[in-house]
Amino acid sequence: MANKLISEMGLPTSIANIFAARNITTAKEALSLTEFELMELLDVGMARVTSAVAHISEIVSPPTQTALSLMEQRVQNEYMAGHLPTRLKGLDEALGGGIPFGVLTELVGPPGIGKTQFCLKLSLLASLPASYGGLDGRVIYIDAESKFSSRRMIEIGSKSFPEIFHVEGMAKEMAGRILVLRPTSLSEFTEREYDQGPTRQHSLGWHISFIKSVAEFSRIPIVVTNQVRSQSHDGTSQYSFQVESRGETVDDHTRFDSHLVAALGIHWAHAVTIRLVLEAKAGQRFLKVAKSPISPPLAFPFNITPSGISLLNDEGIEMKGPQISTIHYQGHEDIINFDSERLQ
Amino acid sequence: MELARLPISASQRGKLISAGYTSLSSLSSLSPSTLAQDLKISDNEALEILRVVSQGSRLDKPDGSHAIVNGAQTAWDMLHEEESLKCITTSCVDLDDILGGGIKCKEVTEIGGVPGIGKTQLGIQLAVNVQIPVYYGGLGGKAIYIDTEGSFMLERALQIAKACIEDMSGNSDFLQKDFQSCQVKAQPKDFLQNIFYFRVCSYTEQIAMINYLDKFISEHKDVNVVIIDSVTFHFRQDFDDLALRTRLLSGMALKLMKLAKKFSLAVVLLNQVTTKHTEGSFQLTLALGDSWSHSCTNRVILYWNGDERYAYIDKSPSLRSASAPYSVTGKGIRTATSKCKRIKIM
Repeated sequence: MANKLISEMGLPTSIANIFAARNITTAKEALSLTEFELMELLDVGMARVTSAVAHISEIVSPPTQTALSLMEQRVQNEYMAGHLPTRLKGLDEALGGGIPFGVLTELVGPPGIGKTQFCLKLSLLASLPASYGGLDGRVIYIDAESKFSSRRMIEIGSKSFPEIFHVEGMAKEMAGRILVLRPTSLSEFTEREYDQGPTRQHSLGWHISFIKSVAEFSRIPIVVTNQVRSQSHDGTSQYSFQVESRGETVDDHTRFDSHLVAALGIHWAHAVTIRLVLEAKAGQRFLKVAKSPISPPLAFPFNITPSGISLLNDEGIEMKGPQISTIHYQGHEDIINFDSERLQ
Repeated sequence: MELARLPISASQRGKLISAGYTSLSSLSSLSPSTLAQDLKISDNEALEILRVVSQGSRLDKPDGSHAIVNGAQTAWDMLHEEESLKCITTSCVDLDDILGGGIKCKEVTEIGGVPGIGKTQLGIQLAVNVQIPVYYGGLGGKAIYIDTEGSFMLERALQIAKACIEDMSGNSDFLQKDFQSCQVKAQPKDFLQNIFYFRVCSYTEQIAMINYLDKFISEHKDVNVVIIDSVTFHFRQDFDDLALRTRLLSGMALKLMKLAKKFSLAVVLLNQVTTKHTEGSFQLTLALGDSWSHSCTNRVILYWNGDERYAYIDKSPSLRSASAPYSVTGKGIRTATSKCKRIKIM
């Protein structure tokens, strides 16, 4: 919409020609200038500039709709009103049906916790035929860390949906719908330790915009995984007014408890719509709904099984405060070694 | 030079000056045909220029005792207006308290906080609460929700609308007047009908939308609140020219203020948070920079204090700096249950 051509907007010919003569061809260029600047540049009076800008603005603006018409549209046209069910009952209930379409869902957690396992399961679920509760579609799996395992995915498939996978040729059909991309240049995906500041924000911002607009226009679920990094003790910052009144504020005990935070910083944290934190605490893995516009902050204990991930408790434990966003990684050694034996 | 202030094009101004017309008074008693001949322009153009000149000179007349500048009001008149200002409740008693009754109409309020603190929740709650009928103490108006990030969740809006209706019918038992007869049983879906939803995908669309709002609201006079969630998003991505960004943002802020005043509605802007290096440590601050922080009338920061969510009035011409706890529940924004932790920061 931003790049819509002025020549196609139905402006009166005289003013449209003036825009063209001054090399202002797209709406973006016209609206990036203030009305005074336009008046100077185009050499026309204020009244004409105002009406031209109003006309362009009306055309470039998104179409008017009410929240009700949007809902009816989604209920009618989309599977489960725009959700991909994960088959984890507690999680699906918390998320209002499943992973939502059109927005970014992030899985963040320490290495080996089960993010890739979850992604493999989701890829399968998306490719299943509608009669089995899937989206009957193709999946693009961008594997930046070379962790995709076809063998494991087929194993998950056969254990979770034996009736489909034992049918001749179905495994091939399902696996055939999943396209795995392995980007060779990982420099964009890896963290740059010394490249803090504006440069990093610039490229990250571009990636964020791009992914979100793809999700929005195509109305598909987009799931991303994220790594964790450790933070120094004064990592969680405060506002200036909090610093001034340090004596009165309640101490945030979570600061000293956990040393891990999601990578990519607060800018990225704002961009994702749903953040699912996977962590290990006292030997048990938890799946926490850390950020979600629709659900309360719930934590579900889970295990990794031959058929993917399974929740031990569908009710979920409600967590108070910012604890829901902290990431623990305690007692993990036995879990990782134990599972890697099983997976071999 | 008075001519420099007229909203006419540069070439017209140039022609006027080269023909010898350097002040407004020299143009005051001129006929269009004479001017047209002098400047070698068409009669219509000359008429247009003279019309603009006459508008301009009306403002300049030194009239002695009744010098009313266009658009000004006396402070006394404004006091009457301010006292009758309506507010939109946030459904949290403490938060309404520190806001002086709720989010004020005719003002631009900026609300910022870390991800997950409840900005979108508050936005949706306000979009629902503005629709509370007048006899329940609300405004009975409609809402415009401009979504720049796709965080508006329909299911959540339905949940909040349903809880609002339940609360209203619970309250009606305590009201003296009997409304059962004239009351239409509201459905959550009716609430969704009154929220105009716009999904904006780039900063150009955001600017266009705000320009278009003037016309849209003239056609839908019952809109009482405009919520932009979030105003930051498109301005944080790959903006090479920061000077342009500041210009666009201040232009946007001015238009929103004008909208708020013209149509007597509340404008609520949701903002994100960024870290800033000051005094040797990293502090959290609202995004978009220092120039933007001057643009809004009121600024509210949502933050975590221990396990509770708090709101802090950071900047306001009429409200005192104070904090209030609130909570986000299945029903939406509500009063915090444990009031013993309330902290007032003066």
